[in-house]
Amino acid sequence: MAHTVTRLTRFNMTSLALGLAFLYLPIVILVIYSFNASRLVTVWGGWSLRWYHEFFNDRAMLDAAWMSLSVAAVSATLATLLGTLAAIGLARGERFRGRALFSGMLYSPLVMPEVISGLSLLLLFVALNAERGFWTVTIAHTTLTMCFVTVVVQSRLATLDRSLEEAAMDLGCDPVRAFLLVTLPLIVPAIVAGWMLAFTLSLDDVVIASFTTGPGSATLPIRIYSEVRLGVKPEINAICTLVIALIAVIIVIASFASKLSSARGESAAPL
Amino acid sequence: MPLLRIEGVAKSFGNFRAVDKLSLDIRAGEFFALLGPSGCGKTTLLRMLAGFETPDEGRILLGGNDIAQVLPHERPVNMMFQNYALFPHLSVRDNIAFGLKRAGMARRDIASRVAEMVALVKLEGLEKRKPDQLSGGQRQRVALARSLARRPQVLLLDEPLAALDKKLRESTQGELMELQRRLGMTFIIVTHDQEEAMTMAGRIGVMDAGRLVQVATPRNLYEAPASRWIAEFVGDINLFNGQVAARENGRLTVSTAEAGRLAVSELWPPVTKEVVSVAIRPEKVKLSRRAPASDAGGSQTINRLEGVVADVNYLGGVTSYRVRLESGAVVRSSMANTARLDVDAYLAGQRVVAWFTADDCLVLEQ
Repeated sequence: MAHTVTRLTRFNMTSLALGLAFLYLPIVILVIYSFNASRLVTVWGGWSLRWYHEFFNDRAMLDAAWMSLSVAAVSATLATLLGTLAAIGLARGERFRGRALFSGMLYSPLVMPEVISGLSLLLLFVALNAERGFWTVTIAHTTLTMCFVTVVVQSRLATLDRSLEEAAMDLGCDPVRAFLLVTLPLIVPAIVAGWMLAFTLSLDDVVIASFTTGPGSATLPIRIYSEVRLGVKPEINAICTLVIALIAVIIVIASFASKLSSARGESAAPL
Repeated sequence: MPLLRIEGVAKSFGNFRAVDKLSLDIRAGEFFALLGPSGCGKTTLLRMLAGFETPDEGRILLGGNDIAQVLPHERPVNMMFQNYALFPHLSVRDNIAFGLKRAGMARRDIASRVAEMVALVKLEGLEKRKPDQLSGGQRQRVALARSLARRPQVLLLDEPLAALDKKLRESTQGELMELQRRLGMTFIIVTHDQEEAMTMAGRIGVMDAGRLVQVATPRNLYEAPASRWIAEFVGDINLFNGQVAARENGRLTVSTAEAGRLAVSELWPPVTKEVVSVAIRPEKVKLSRRAPASDAGGSQTINRLEGVVADVNYLGGVTSYRVRLESGAVVRSSMANTARLDVDAYLAGQRVVAWFTADDCLVLEQ
């Protein structure tokens, strides 16, 4: 891939600066105000770590954060497992009957309004008489994020040369070992990127979580949302800053993972 | 008993018949080329030998055992892929060792076999590199070493030199031949490049539309093509359509609309049809300023065609001329540039006589 180097003209610089400001100024303000010593959100009272301290002593908020992180980790893992298998089925399977229907249905959560997904899952859980809490949110998030993993892994598989697997078989691997020894190592970066994507999507979600969670097991976004309705506390800024930092780290890792996969001679998973 | 016997093998994809009841014997230690235009089924045949495709009918006997239904990883056959298919996540050493590890070879034996292969293809010092840190020629060598490492009974090569530039291709051709002779291994190469097939192979099988149309040595393929299609596919040729006018002790006289009456020595088996084509390779058509003496061809009958040089292409080693006859037909002639100065060259617009002997002509059924 050839990178064309274009010189930054004054116009380009200005539009770039304005664009970045539009995207990131609100976040920068939030981060700065998270270090505000004042109790009032809109009045600057000097630098302080007071609200971070307060968050780490806020039992309910910490529980919600822990709930969110564990839901995200478990649902991302399940989604990665199922999503990768679906991607392999779609990319490598013979043209089975109903393949088009299967792939269409697989991608429906990408376009389905979250309210509808959330409501239908709620109805299902009520019908099954399932106690709503950690597992219902986790299952709901798995169904939401699986298709994203499939998209990432499938596009990586599509760029992989089929003859690599054939070469492995020619050199003495049965089809399963050819997959494990050749294909899997080459798609691991895409699988990692898929997991990261699923993790952040689950961490972000309010709508589906609020439909499928039960009393006493609020996720962090739900908890924040309900707190904000009673007025914004500076503590919320501190929590949001921590979440932003976590997501930034994950995105950096995910982009390294897809860099790694492009360094292996094939084009990277889109991320 | 040949090493490899292909018996009435057929393979269809949907309604497309890729390989059509093809039979072929290949001897041990032979360098065999499958030559044909794209879509002729040569790659499908090779993939059936490797086990990636299963024949719909017929048998593939390797050393007497039918391997048509045997899975690729259980065949004593290896393949070198057109795009090399090197494992991008493994080093040169691990790529070469891949097949040996699967065969359950001892660690020490693997190390010595890899070292032997690396030396064989002259890749010393590059063992730790990954495929993307190698040049095209080096990758080709890794692919070759990897496919040879298991010492297969037959090595299949799918367009092995297509990705190399011309100079590298020529030197690699020589190395492949040398390697094959030294190892005494059976090589089957698939190519669409006739020069490559002629240079390397001992025998060439020409394929068209899923069938073998001729199996011959390079010389016989060029000088005695079995059909008009093969004559046109392999090398350049002048063709004149006509009818047999006279036939006397091995000598035919064919009357053509474009070049008048032509004398042709008949090949064995003799043509049975009356409507034929007379074929003559351009390098066997000589040009001269005036009609050659009647004994210029020794004891042979000479065909003389008068015309005007239409254009001249100087190609270095040879010069190729197009001579327009009075009938409007064009005869191509190529003459070796044996002298540095162009005293013998002809110019466009010059009147010349194009001549060739009866023995140099072929008579082919249309």
